[in-house]
Amino acid sequence: MKRVVIIGAGLAGLSAALELAKQNIGSDLVSLQPSERAQSVLAEGGINAALDLMGEGDSVAEHCADTLRGGCGLADPAAVRSLTEAAPALVRRLRALGVPFQTEGGRLVQRNFGGQKKKRTAYAKSSTGKAVMTALIDETRKFEAEGLVCRYPHHALAELSVEAGRCAGALVRDTYTDEALLFSGPVVLASGGLNGLFPGQTTGTAQNTGDAAALAFAHGAELGNLEMLQYHPTTAAIPGKRLLVSEAARGEGGRLFVMKGGERRYFMEEIYPELGNLMPRDVVSREMARLDGQVWLDLTGLSGAVWAGRLPDLREELRHYLGLDPAKEPVPVSPGIHFFMGGILVDASHRTSIENLFAAGECACQYHGANRLGGNSLLGALYGGIAAAQSAASRAVERKGPEPVGRIPPEPETPGFPELLGGILYGGLGILRDGPGLSAALDALDALPADTLADAERRRIALGRAMLLSALARRESRGAHTRSDFPRRDDGQYRKTTVAALRNGEITISFRPIPEGGGADAT
Amino acid sequence: MRLEILRRKSREEAPYIECHDYTPAEKSETVATALTRLNAALPDPIRWECSCLQKKCGACAMVVNGSPVLACDARLSDYKNKIRIEPLRKFLVVADLISDRSVLYENLRQLRCWLPAEAEMREGAVEIGYEASRCLQCGCCLEVCPNFDPGGVFAGMAGAVPLSRLLAELPEAERGELSALYRRHVYAGCGKSLACRNVCPAGIDVDGLLVNSNAAAVWKRLLRRKKH
Ligand SMILES: Cc1cc2nc3c(=O)[nH]c(=O)nc-3n(C[C@H](O)[C@H](O)[C@H](O)COP(=O)(O)OP(=O)(O)OC[C@H]3O[C@@H](n4cnc5c(N)ncnc54)[C@H](O)[C@@H]3O)c2cc1C
Ligand code: SF4
Ligand code: SF4
Ligand code: FES
Repeated sequence: MKRVVIIGAGLAGLSAALELAKQNIGSDLVSLQPSERAQSVLAEGGINAALDLMGEGDSVAEHCADTLRGGCGLADPAAVRSLTEAAPALVRRLRALGVPFQTEGGRLVQRNFGGQKKKRTAYAKSSTGKAVMTALIDETRKFEAEGLVCRYPHHALAELSVEAGRCAGALVRDTYTDEALLFSGPVVLASGGLNGLFPGQTTGTAQNTGDAAALAFAHGAELGNLEMLQYHPTTAAIPGKRLLVSEAARGEGGRLFVMKGGERRYFMEEIYPELGNLMPRDVVSREMARLDGQVWLDLTGLSGAVWAGRLPDLREELRHYLGLDPAKEPVPVSPGIHFFMGGILVDASHRTSIENLFAAGECACQYHGANRLGGNSLLGALYGGIAAAQSAASRAVERKGPEPVGRIPPEPETPGFPELLGGILYGGLGILRDGPGLSAALDALDALPADTLADAERRRIALGRAMLLSALARRESRGAHTRSDFPRRDDGQYRKTTVAALRNGEITISFRPIPEGGGADAT
Repeated sequence: MRLEILRRKSREEAPYIECHDYTPAEKSETVATALTRLNAALPDPIRWECSCLQKKCGACAMVVNGSPVLACDARLSDYKNKIRIEPLRKFLVVADLISDRSVLYENLRQLRCWLPAEAEMREGAVEIGYEASRCLQCGCCLEVCPNFDPGGVFAGMAGAVPLSRLLAELPEAERGELSALYRRHVYAGCGKSLACRNVCPAGIDVDGLLVNSNAAAVWKRLLRRKKH
C-alpha cells in the first residue's frame, strides 16, 4: 500500500489522514499524545462557512473578502478563495459525521464572530473543537480498522531526512520506549502552533513545542510572517498557562474597565463609542497595552439565563481557577498569545519550500495573513489538511509500516531553558514592539550558553531569532504587528510576506510579494 | 504540605515513594502546578503527561489520595496536609505517573466506534451527541469501575459514552450492529452502580446517556420481539 506519514493528530492531521484514506492511500499518524489531547479540542467559539442560514444573504465572496480584510492584505487571495468556497460543504460534511452543531427547530444556526458582519459561525455550545474532534476521531477509527490509518501516539518527531532540498522521510521516537522508527516517503507536518516558545503565555497547549517547525527550519524550510502573533485581549493567568475568556463574554454584554482616581473608566466605550468592547482582538489588545494598571472585565450585568444557557463552562472555569464568581465580581484580564498566523510557509497547495514536505493547520503560514478571524482556524486546519493530503498523495510511496532503527534516548532538557527563552521572546515580541526592544532581545539570545544546550533547544533559539528578526525587519504596523517606532501601515514596501530562511548558517529575512489572483478585494 | 509521589523509573523497575515538602505559592495551585514547580528543581524530573491544563483533554489523569482525578483540576487547597500521588492503576505504568492507556483505544476499535452511515441530526440527537462528544478518554471511570478489566469484554463507561453518540445519531435502520456490540460490551457488563459518574471529571451525564442507549439498543429490540 502507498503511504504518507503525518506528524500531528489534531484537526489538520486527522483531516489529512481522512483525505488520504478516501484516495485509498495509507497514512501513519504520529503525535506526541492521542488526538483527544490535541489543542484542537480547546476551540470554543466555532467554525466559519457562508452557509447563509440566517437570512442575511451571506456569500462565499463576503467570507473571502472579510478574511482578506482581516488579514490586512497579507493573505494569499487565491488560497483564501478556495478555502471559503470549500467551507459550506465541509461544515455540511461535519454535520453528516455527527457533529452536534447548534440547531433551532431542527435547522442549523450560526452566530456572529469578531471581524465579520454576517452570522457565519457554526458552533456546538462552547466546545466546538471538542465536538468536531470527537466526530473526526471516530471517523478515522473506521480507517484504522481497515489498516489504512496507523496511529503512533506518544511518538515525537526526532529528525527529518532532507537531502538536496528534498524530504525523504521522518524519524520518530517512541517516548514510552525510546524505540526509533523511520517512515520513508513524503511528510505532512500538522504539528500545531509555536506555543512552546512562550511557556505560560499562551491559551493553547504546551504539547505544541514548535520543535517540528524548528526542525523544518533547520533543514532550510522557509517560514513566513513569524512576527504575526495574535494576542487575545481577554485571558486570565492561571497556573501554567492563560485561560481564554471567550469573546462571547463581551458579546453578551461584558465591559472592560480600568480604575482611575477611584473610579471605573470604561476605556473601550470611551474611545470607540460605536463598537466599544467588541472591537477586533488586535485593537482591544493594543488599547490595553497602552494603559497603566490592571484591566477588569465586568460580567456582573449578565443575566442568570445567559450564564446558564450560553456561558456555563466559563463561569465554572473562572470560579475554579481564579476563585471568583464572575457573576458577582469583575475578572482581572490581560492579553495573552492565542494564535500564530506565521509558521512554515506553504503555497496554495500546502507545499513547503522543501520538496516532498507539506504543512497544514496552525504550524503552517496560510490563509490568515496579519490577523486571523475567529472561526477561521478550525476551517483552515480542516481544509489545509485536505489540500496538503491531495498534494502529498501523488508522492506517496509503496511501503509497509515503518522501519525500526534502534533506540534514541531522550535528549537532556536544560532546566529552566524554556522559561528563559520564553521570557526573552515575550519581552521583545509584546503587543507593542520597537527596534530597540527587539534588538535587546536578539542580544539576549546571543548571550545564551548555546554550547551547553541540547540540539532541540538550539533549534528553538534559531526559531525565536527568526521571529525577532522578522519583527525587526517589518518597519511598519499592520494587523497583529504594532511597531511603536513605525506606527503606520506601509503598503508600498510591506504588503508582502515576511520570509525567514536559514542559508549557510545565517538567518535571512526577505519580503515576497503576495501571490496575484485576488482582484480588488485583495487589500 | 507533604507530597508523596509513587515513582518508578520504568515498567521493569520497582516503584518507590518519594516525599517532598511543598509550599504552594498561590491558593489556586493544582497538583499539576506542584508537579511543574517540583520538576523545575529536580535532577530527575517526575514524568507525567499534560496538555491543556484546563481539564479539557484528559492527559493528566492520575490517582490522588486514592481517587482518580485530573492533576490540572485537583486543587491543593482541597486536600489536607498530606497528598499521595500515584499513576492510574488499571493500566500498565510506563514511568512515574504515566500509564499507557492504549487499551481505551483498542476497546473503541473493538466496539467499532464509528458511524457506519450518515448521522441523522434530530434535535434529541444533537443534545445527546454533544454530551457524549465531551468524553475526554481520560480513563478515570475505568479506574473505579468494579466490573472493568483491561482485556475483558466489558468496555466500561469510556466505551459506553462514545457509543451513545453513535446510537443517538444513527437512523434506526442502521443501528443493528452497533446495538449488538453495545449489548455485549456495555449493557451485559454494567452493574449500574454509577461509581463512574462520581469521578468523571467532565461531569458527563452518564446515567442519562445510558438510558438513551438502552432504549435504542436494548428495549426497542425486546419490545419488537414481544410483539411477534
Ligand atoms: C482556547 C482556544 C480556543 C480556540 N477557539 C477557536 C475557535 O473557536 N475557532 C477556531 O477556528 N479556532 C479556534 N482556536 C484555534 C484552533 O483551535 C487551532 O488553531 C487549531 O485547532 C489547530 O489545529 P492543528 O491541527 O493545526 O493543531 P493541534 O490541534 O494543535 O494539533 C497538533 C498536533 O501535533 C502534534 N505534535 C506537535 N509537535 C509534535 C512533535 N514534535 N512530534 C510529534 N507530534 C507533534 C500534537 O501532539 C498534536 O497532535 C482556538 C484555540 C485555543 C487555544
Ligand atoms: S455504572 Fe458501575 S459497572 Fe457501569 S461503568 Fe459505571 S462503574 Fe462500571
Ligand atoms: S466518561 Fe468521564 S471519566 Fe470516563 S473517560 Fe469519559 S470523561 Fe473520562
Ligand atoms: S492537562 Fe488537559 S486535562 Fe489536565
